[in-house]
Amino acid sequence: MPEVLKAPLVVEFPFTRSLGPVQSAFLTGLRERVVLGVRTTDGRTLVPPVEYDPVTAEEIRDLVEVATTGTVTTWAWNHEPRRGQPLGTPFAWVLVRLDGADTALLHALDAPGPDTVHTGMRVRVRWAADRAGAITDIACFEPYDGDPARPAGHSGRFEDPVTGIVAPARLDYTYSPGRAQSAYITALSDRRTVGERCPSCRKVYVPPRGACPTCGVPTAEQVEVGPRGTVTTFCIVNIKARNLDIEVPYVYAHIALDGADLALHGRIGGIPYDQVRMGLRVEPVWTEGARYPDHYRPTGEPDGDYDTYRELL
Amino acid sequence: MSKEPVAVVGIGQTKHVSARRDVSIAGLVREAARRALDDAELTWADIDAVVIGKAPDFFEGVMMPELYLADALGAVGKPMLRVHTAGSVGGSTALVAANLVAARVHGTVLTLAFEKQSESNAMWGLSLPIPFQQPLLAGAGGFFAPHVRAYMRRSGAPDSIGSLVAYKDRRNALKNPYAHLHEHDITLEKVQASPMLWDPIRYSETCPSSDGACAMILTDRAGAARSPRPPAWMHGGAMRSEPTLFAGKDAVSPQAGKDCAADVYRQAGISDPRRDIDAVEMYVPFSWYEPMWLENLGFAAEGEGWKLTEAGATELDGDLPVNMSGGVLSTNPIGASGMIRFAEAALQVRGQAGEHQVDGARRVLGHAYGGGSQFFSMWLVGAAPPQS
Repeated sequence: MPEVLKAPLVVEFPFTRSLGPVQSAFLTGLRERVVLGVRTTDGRTLVPPVEYDPVTAEEIRDLVEVATTGTVTTWAWNHEPRRGQPLGTPFAWVLVRLDGADTALLHALDAPGPDTVHTGMRVRVRWAADRAGAITDIACFEPYDGDPARPAGHSGRFEDPVTGIVAPARLDYTYSPGRAQSAYITALSDRRTVGERCPSCRKVYVPPRGACPTCGVPTAEQVEVGPRGTVTTFCIVNIKARNLDIEVPYVYAHIALDGADLALHGRIGGIPYDQVRMGLRVEPVWTEGARYPDHYRPTGEPDGDYDTYRELL
Repeated sequence: MSKEPVAVVGIGQTKHVSARRDVSIAGLVREAARRALDDAELTWADIDAVVIGKAPDFFEGVMMPELYLADALGAVGKPMLRVHTAGSVGGSTALVAANLVAARVHGTVLTLAFEKQSESNAMWGLSLPIPFQQPLLAGAGGFFAPHVRAYMRRSGAPDSIGSLVAYKDRRNALKNPYAHLHEHDITLEKVQASPMLWDPIRYSETCPSSDGACAMILTDRAGAARSPRPPAWMHGGAMRSEPTLFAGKDAVSPQAGKDCAADVYRQAGISDPRRDIDAVEMYVPFSWYEPMWLENLGFAAEGEGWKLTEAGATELDGDLPVNMSGGVLSTNPIGASGMIRFAEAALQVRGQAGEHQVDGARRVLGHAYGGGSQFFSMWLVGAAPPQS
């Protein structure tokens, strides 16, 4: 059995986040070295602030400044900081209830080791040198044994408030296409297209998935299909898709390879785009080192009759 | 024991736009929910459970956003469920909520769906480069355009139909204050002259990308009796699924769509949808899907749907108005789009659709689909309570 393929898959995107009035004030405050909470209808102060009262569901907008000093309510030691975390050396994740707040804020505590951290310890904010209106404007917390800081009673209104942030996200996967697709991809490197036949309905799936989606049974019988096939339907692409280096216009087609029971997708070349038609007979054109055919071109055979491919659109 | 009848007593939506930069996601959903509560003249305390839906989390990059939205939707201390069935999710979400009422699990349920597409890029979210796989060569429209060509081949429809649908839907949108696109100077000539993106689909025959939310309050018979405005009554609702691709799949008229409609009609006692249903709000992200769904839903025989469009039957003043709100072609906050269809059907039978009201609409179908034409959800609502 051929080897099952594996490859890294990184998914990342710079999401944009519109903040709304409360998060806008909170993050703008951090830029100005002010920590803001919000007062609920029953008089509690929530830090970080939220837009809606978690008890009554009422909209809350009463912003209040709290101190930059506080108390650790619980913690966990992080032995191996990862990419993008607040500190590059081992640190404690802490929940800190700032003086004047009734809830705790999650952040990092810069401490020499886990034996120096305890619930109830006093800490204060260490501000980042460059602040832009983000939670990272608090670089981290640090141990502190002085008096509680006194908030100045900021109104929560700022000149030039931050209204949106960019929140980059990244996920690192190891992707495997599985047994059936690995066999299909391996065969493609010999320029052969190999599908699998369902033992129940006898349909040939290309690419194979290792199971028949209709019958729900495993497939194992390998069947070589093509290389020729029939264009079953298509569209003419007139706008460049992102990350695709193909000159427009070009034809994107569904192609039923001879012997396959459903169509796969490919580009049609070797013929003016406006002469491509349903039923056109085509064959793959390979380029050196490519995993898939670069495109398909006309074979010169007569067109397939509609009834021969109408179930394969 | 028979099912509890389900009534829609509150409907709320945001003004759909390309980017709501003034609100957070919480603020966006809150706005729709608040309007639905106001319409029903209810408060957060009257809600027993919340059922929320949206399309893939990659569309905003907030994983499981329902967790953070519990307080914005007054769900603290109550059951809150998330539904996800791709583009059909707004419809499925409403049906999950309706089933909770029908089963007498809850008396009054808030259901809501949203998308804030400006926070990400849906096309990116739908086409992550997967190792070893051949990239999709054509973008979203390119995925659907070959199916439109297959429909044209099968039905013999003239090229003009797609533009007629777009021209109609964009004019209907002008009567709907919540619609995203308000193209006041729209003409048929402008639609026909718009660039051909994925031949046979033109730019003006595609949907926009929107930020928006839609909410409904569903309740039981007792709740409906207290409603300050006429309720819409659910007469039938169903969902069906099938694989994205399989041997024998009919992408033009999927079997799951036919089966879903048949189930709804059976529940509602509809024998001839063309005669028994007054209007349809269906999920048409590319204009050619109007004639395709007219056939799939049984309003026309196979190959005949385009004739209804061409004859003007689906115009707002036709005998089978379709997409009175302006449809997905005019407004597309993806996760909310299905619920907007369901809500429009309810607005019509309540007589509350304003300028886009169809006179005498008594029974209206709401329809949603998603994925690679593989998830379907539909409901039929009426002005009168169901018979049984």
